[in-house]
Amino acid sequence: MLTDEGYLNNTDITEFLKSYNGPDVRLMEICGSHTAAIASSGIRTLLSDKIRMISGPGCPVCVTVTDYIDRLLDLSEIDGNVICTFGDLMRVPGSNGTLSDARARGADIRMFYSPFDMLEPASEEKGRRFIFAAVGFETTAPVYASLLWKVIESGLDNVMLLTSLKTMPEVVKKIGSKMDGFLLPGHVCTVTGYGLYEPIASEINTPMVAAGFEPENIIQAVYALAKLRGRGIVKNFYPAVVTREGNKKAMDTIDTFFEAGDAAWRGMGVIKGSGLYLREEYSRFDAGSTGLTGDRENTGCRCAYVITGEEKSSDCPLFNKTCTPNTPKGACMVSREGACFNEFIHPVKDRGER
Amino acid sequence: MNITMAHGSGGDATSKLIEEVFKTEFHNEYLDKMEDSSVVPGSSRLSMTTDSFVVQPLFYNGGDIGRLAVCGTVNDILMSGAVPKYLTAACVLEEGLDVEVLKRIVRSMSETAKEAGVSIVTGDTKVIEHRGNKESEPGIIINTAGVGFLDGDMNMGASYIKEGDVVIISGNIGDHHAAIMKERLGIENDRIMSDNAPLNEMVRGLLDNGVRVHAMRDVTRGGLGTVLNEFASASSNDIYIIEEKIPVSDSVRDFCSLLGLDLMYLGNEGKMVCFVDNEDEEKAVDIIRNAKYGENAVAIGYVKKAAAIPCLVLKTSIGGERVVGPLYGEGLPRIC
Repeated sequence: MLTDEGYLNNTDITEFLKSYNGPDVRLMEICGSHTAAIASSGIRTLLSDKIRMISGPGCPVCVTVTDYIDRLLDLSEIDGNVICTFGDLMRVPGSNGTLSDARARGADIRMFYSPFDMLEPASEEKGRRFIFAAVGFETTAPVYASLLWKVIESGLDNVMLLTSLKTMPEVVKKIGSKMDGFLLPGHVCTVTGYGLYEPIASEINTPMVAAGFEPENIIQAVYALAKLRGRGIVKNFYPAVVTREGNKKAMDTIDTFFEAGDAAWRGMGVIKGSGLYLREEYSRFDAGSTGLTGDRENTGCRCAYVITGEEKSSDCPLFNKTCTPNTPKGACMVSREGACFNEFIHPVKDRGER
Repeated sequence: MNITMAHGSGGDATSKLIEEVFKTEFHNEYLDKMEDSSVVPGSSRLSMTTDSFVVQPLFYNGGDIGRLAVCGTVNDILMSGAVPKYLTAACVLEEGLDVEVLKRIVRSMSETAKEAGVSIVTGDTKVIEHRGNKESEPGIIINTAGVGFLDGDMNMGASYIKEGDVVIISGNIGDHHAAIMKERLGIENDRIMSDNAPLNEMVRGLLDNGVRVHAMRDVTRGGLGTVLNEFASASSNDIYIIEEKIPVSDSVRDFCSLLGLDLMYLGNEGKMVCFVDNEDEEKAVDIIRNAKYGENAVAIGYVKKAAAIPCLVLKTSIGGERVVGPLYGEGLPRIC
């Protein structure tokens, strides 16, 4: 990697990160895929105690509020409704159990790998209403938009979305100065571009790096963030797919169907303009996605504090006791991208977590 | 012809099916007597195991449920240090199964049994109603039990693992699991192939040449990660493995990265991991490499006395360390 000090190889970089002894650096990786990559490549064991990686609110399941799960559960109880979802959401606890529980009670809940796979059953079972649990960020929003294109094209009138779609810049701004640097979500930046983070970085004087998901790529980004501490600069370390402007076509598709609105984030409350909602002219596809802001904790679950970086998973009294991947009490333990799941599966040896 | 409930009645149709399909393929001096149970010669120390096979699809690149049913049980016996000799075969057939399909499976069992040097000495056939929806193909469930014989003083297992032992894997990991998933997801890639195989030659090679093998296990469900975790806790040692040394084919590696699967938990059906005395490392790797199905064998790690809770540690390609826990949750389709 070419730096201000000349060319550095990965050994130089890891050497620097291991022996770093400057001011504390708190870095947040926003994206859940980064959390998983960091845990599985053992990157934390390569960092000095002065550099801490904090896993942020970038796993869509983890930031979903209880109201949303409850609304899905309510919809699942209505005769003729089919709730369609990705697998992750099945085990996230609402106020009264999970979708898995509802399915065991007889609700028609089906898992899909792609939302498009619901179109076939929807066209065969015309008497039923197919509601897709449309959870995600800017990366998944274009998929739901394309799904609606297809639905309109095929003339189906029994497909709807219950959306919980969120956008990143506002939440980054909100967490802002609590961190000394951000590892920007690579996939989201592919769609949105990294340009829209430049004014935020400069406003809060905090560096940001758009990075890919290979361990080498992440390590270089961490190095750059540590070096740039205190400077409001955005760098792109994922040029193979990320540009400043992003993917115009995908953004236009989102814009056709969705508009910005306020959204509630688990642990952070309502953040202005951080959600995407179906536009008025497409409201016929909406299964009641607005106003879902209530968020209730399971007794003792500290997810909300974990995803904002205020606490570590291991600080939670339930972690590795009543809350495990087989018996998750909070979304962060359910999702393969969740902070608690990764802390549980890949604990750092001899740091006492397990 | 298709299987009907009459084939499971125990009457004439059953006898004809057994005569035509099973007896022709499995024929040997014990089975041919067609008694309720077979009397076979043996020695004083036995190794016994049983396993049921329910894999879908029945045929896949590199194998089928018949070959799997023989290899699975043969390999389990081999891992105890015993020489496998006799197998039983119980087949539960779904109504509607094409008899030609059954014949293919039984022929494959017979060929694999020959390769592995075992005789199928007794069996059973039952027919059940078709379980799936109308479109799904009728299936088959096979249970095999096996018996093998042990040399007088042969002892191995987790409790014999000690600090300094070398961990050797007999070849590329993940092949079988990736082959099954590929079929189920409808992904076309002929280079992904199951490793379905009996491991007699490499195991006998090690034991007959005096390699000090402390423990062996075939790497099946749960993958390398799960098997080595079991050894770590059962032997109260830390096991360190080096990511860059773990052999995996490019196709399987790409397949995993595409689907977000962790290679550490992908199963095989023709690979084993063994713990040998560190002085015997080279000899052991050499023997396995020269044996059938062992050409990619390599030492991937070592055993260290556990300071705290014993665990499996992966030294990652970037130089970090990661604790690899046992497999949690489901998410992966059944592989055997």
